[in-house]
Amino acid sequence: MAERPEDLNLPNAVITRIIKEALPEGVNISKEARSAISRAASVFVLYATSCANNFAMKGKRKTLNAGDVLSAMEEMEFQRFVAPLKESLEVYRREQKGKKEARKDKDKKADSEEQDKSREEDNDEDDERMEEEEQNDEEEVDN
Amino acid sequence: MAAARLSGSENRLVSLPLSRIRVIMKSSPEVSSINQDALFLTAKATELFVQYLATYSYKHGRGKEKNALTYSDLSHTAEECETFQFLADILPKKILASKYLKMLEKEKRDGEMREDNDEAEEEQDEDEGVGAAVGS
Repeated sequence: MAERPEDLNLPNAVITRIIKEALPEGVNISKEARSAISRAASVFVLYATSCANNFAMKGKRKTLNAGDVLSAMEEMEFQRFVAPLKESLEVYRREQKGKKEARKDKDKKADSEEQDKSREEDNDEDDERMEEEEQNDEEEVDN
Repeated sequence: MAAARLSGSENRLVSLPLSRIRVIMKSSPEVSSINQDALFLTAKATELFVQYLATYSYKHGRGKEKNALTYSDLSHTAEECETFQFLADILPKKILASKYLKMLEKEKRDGEMREDNDEAEEEQDEDEGVGAAVGS
């Protein structure tokens, strides 16, 4: 599958924001510098992936897992990332777990005969001006 | 939601889009599949990398401007710092075209000198039968 060049680039706006938040206020970043950092980030992803994949292959696995990525960071001499990454991973896993449970609850409600009743209950909690929009949405969904 | 936007990316766990990160990862030929945690970690690591590259280059840059991060700060980092050396090829140093032309001319002259030296050495080797020290 051929990727277009843009697909291997990361969104400029996000990269710019990350840079700006890292540097002291008032520091300008030249367009060239921004573009260079963006390219460097893409190369970093490729390098990290390749490195992580080596660890997966050593473990005779075909799926890259979290441990492989963390090992890759050490290998690439970015040990400083390991602790913050582990912390973020904890939060991420909790978030994902919460989302899963929220979806399960939603599914339970949808399956039950109280489907329409629960939608009305949700509407009551919203602002009054949202109600009209909600009703319109409901019509579309029913169709 | 508005509150998260106002305070920037600090409230969100990761700003880089996982879908795009996945596309880049999958472009690597040997990779079959990527577990969701690994995808998240790669995205997060990339953000940390961007921050690190930017701040390091700003601190160690030899640019004349103190309130700007320039391309030359970045290419300097790629050349000088071992951790960032994997970027050396994509962040080459830039020189003026006139300097480059002078370099080419110098290399050409050095090359011709080396050829002359080699010929002289070959004659020497034939005489001595042992490799002589290379003179420049």
